[in-house]
Amino acid sequence: MHPTIDQKALTRQLATAERRNKIKAFLLVLPLLLFVLASFIVPIGSLVWQGGYSDTFANALPETSKLLAAWDAKSPVSEELVKSFVTELKASKLKDPATPTRVATVVNRELSGSVSKFKQVMNASDLASPYKEKLTALNGEWEKPDLWRAMKIVSPSFTPRFYLQAVDLRLTAEGDVKPEGDENAIHLLLFGRTLMVAALVTFFCALLGFPIAYLLAHAETKTSNMLLIIVLLPFWTSLLVRTTAWIALLQQNGVVNDFLVAIGLIDNDHRLVMMYNMFATLVAMTHVLLPFMILPMFSVMKTIKPNLVRAALSLGATPWTAFWKVYFPQTIPGLGAGCLLVFILAVGYYITPALVGGQSGQLISNIIAFHMQKTLNWSLASAIATLLLIGVLLLYWLYNRLVGIDKMKLA
Amino acid sequence: MKFLKLNFPPYATGLEIAWFFAFRAVCIAIFVFLVAPILVIIPLSFNKESFFSFTSGMLALKPEAYSLKWYRDIFANGMLAPDAPLSLDWFKDSWMRSQWMIALKNSIFVGVSATAVATTLGTLASVGLSRPEMPYRGLITGILISPMIVPIVITAAGMFFFFSQIGLSQTYLGLVLAHALLGTPFVVITVTATLTSFDRSLMRAAANLGANPLTAFFKVQMPLILPGIISGGLFAFITSFDEVVVVLFLAEPDQRTIPRQMWSGLREQVSPTILAVATILIMISLVLLMSLELTRRRMERLKMEAHS
Repeated sequence: MHPTIDQKALTRQLATAERRNKIKAFLLVLPLLLFVLASFIVPIGSLVWQGGYSDTFANALPETSKLLAAWDAKSPVSEELVKSFVTELKASKLKDPATPTRVATVVNRELSGSVSKFKQVMNASDLASPYKEKLTALNGEWEKPDLWRAMKIVSPSFTPRFYLQAVDLRLTAEGDVKPEGDENAIHLLLFGRTLMVAALVTFFCALLGFPIAYLLAHAETKTSNMLLIIVLLPFWTSLLVRTTAWIALLQQNGVVNDFLVAIGLIDNDHRLVMMYNMFATLVAMTHVLLPFMILPMFSVMKTIKPNLVRAALSLGATPWTAFWKVYFPQTIPGLGAGCLLVFILAVGYYITPALVGGQSGQLISNIIAFHMQKTLNWSLASAIATLLLIGVLLLYWLYNRLVGIDKMKLA
Repeated sequence: MKFLKLNFPPYATGLEIAWFFAFRAVCIAIFVFLVAPILVIIPLSFNKESFFSFTSGMLALKPEAYSLKWYRDIFANGMLAPDAPLSLDWFKDSWMRSQWMIALKNSIFVGVSATAVATTLGTLASVGLSRPEMPYRGLITGILISPMIVPIVITAAGMFFFFSQIGLSQTYLGLVLAHALLGTPFVVITVTATLTSFDRSLMRAAANLGANPLTAFFKVQMPLILPGIISGGLFAFITSFDEVVVVLFLAEPDQRTIPRQMWSGLREQVSPTILAVATILIMISLVLLMSLELTRRRMERLKMEAHS
């Protein structure tokens, strides 16, 4: 046989075997991958979708939506539009009795007070041609363009208005983008506050974590193992237990205030307000996230050779110079990893601010939950969540570039 | 304390000695900040009054200022006849109707099921991921770990929308799947970490000796990576046992878990019963931590003996 033919067959066989191995490895991963795709990636996708899509109005009043889209938002509304609105609204009740209320709620978010006007329409039994005059007789508001403009805004199913609202902008009936009125402009404030809290918590964790990591890394093994348990105890304790602890400590009648009164530092009538505000959020979050800072710093500091500092000292450096110029630069990988990790976790924090933060300590996650559970404005919740998600993914990408996700270790 | 040992070299300056003590003082203060809040809860849970603070009687160490009533309340809250004499029937009543007992049963059921799903799928995936021929490893690892990175509110909201559409919200199955998802990244991380030190030629040796891949996995590979699987499973269980946001979004009131019950306790009816529950949870984590530390020491000793 010719040697080259043999070689070709061999290469082919090798390629087949390699491909088979690749498929085998992939098949092992496949069940989990499908599970994560189905129960995580798809739900997250539906969330992003929901932020730009809301079909309550268009589903209930399809013809009206078309007519509203054609209307210029200025001229008086046509009899045809009014007729379609009244008949479709009345008809929507037949499919599901809750639909008119749902539509009214959607319109109400653009123009408050709309719900009662919708109710009047639903309760009126004698609405017939000419619809426009009958409706105006019912309530003068129907003659003005405002209600119709609000409906024009909410009528399209695909809409950027939730994403705009998430950054305190609003869509007008003409399709222009305008800044939100002051009373509704809270989202940018909350985004800003979340970033500030995350930065402060990261700073405090670094400040408190650095000495502890240093002590752990350079103490004798036995001592450092004992001390590591003290660090790990809060890490392993339920988050709700730790939050409960801070409530017990920081309340008006809590342990810290009692102690300060007992030693005479403060007056009994002037107990410090440390609970249900920004202060409580900062303290409790720093406590909860501190182990996440200590552990990566500890694992980096453990690898730093003490000879280098000793060499610097023997070459005449002051202890401060030896620390700052020789020791500290070597801790940067651990410090950076810890800071990024704490910042990522802090940006999305929900439980602690919800329980101890009161009004002033609420973060962006809390407003998402608020819209999910209280106002039931799911599209707005989704839009805010999507923006937060983009931010976190960017940070995650940065973390992966700088630290490497496969280097992430669990204590 | 050992790290306070005082043998300064003769050339140590006064400033250095002062710095030595200052540094230790700062470290002790930080340790107090870390641990004291958790430890303070324990005595407070024996309070006779329904306060979250020490009464003067407690500070004077008077026995009558302390009581176990909040521990009794864990069992009694929600019972039909909480004042009946202690008997088998009392415990039966408590086991069936006490809110905390119901929460405990839910937590254990959801936690164990979620851990089983997460550990099985996670271990399987880790074995695949750590094979050298695995394609698109970086991308796939990133996807598998992403549930850990995405803020929990976003995950819970997304699951709420999607699970409502397919009829899984307010079911135990939905809750178990959601918690299993949150646990898988921990299993994947720990098991792949353990697999990096696994000698793959052992598998070839097993195959060479006639073992089929399944036998080789269960008889050779699994026993060696078992510590990783167990700690991954432990992480997954703790994740589920401590999770409240998904439960808030997905579960109905009957499906309350312990953290969910604590959540409503902290938001609605603040009573020291929560402190009693917290104390029990702290004890559990202490025992867990101690046993982990002891296992680690034992492993180290075995390693030392094997080397000598």
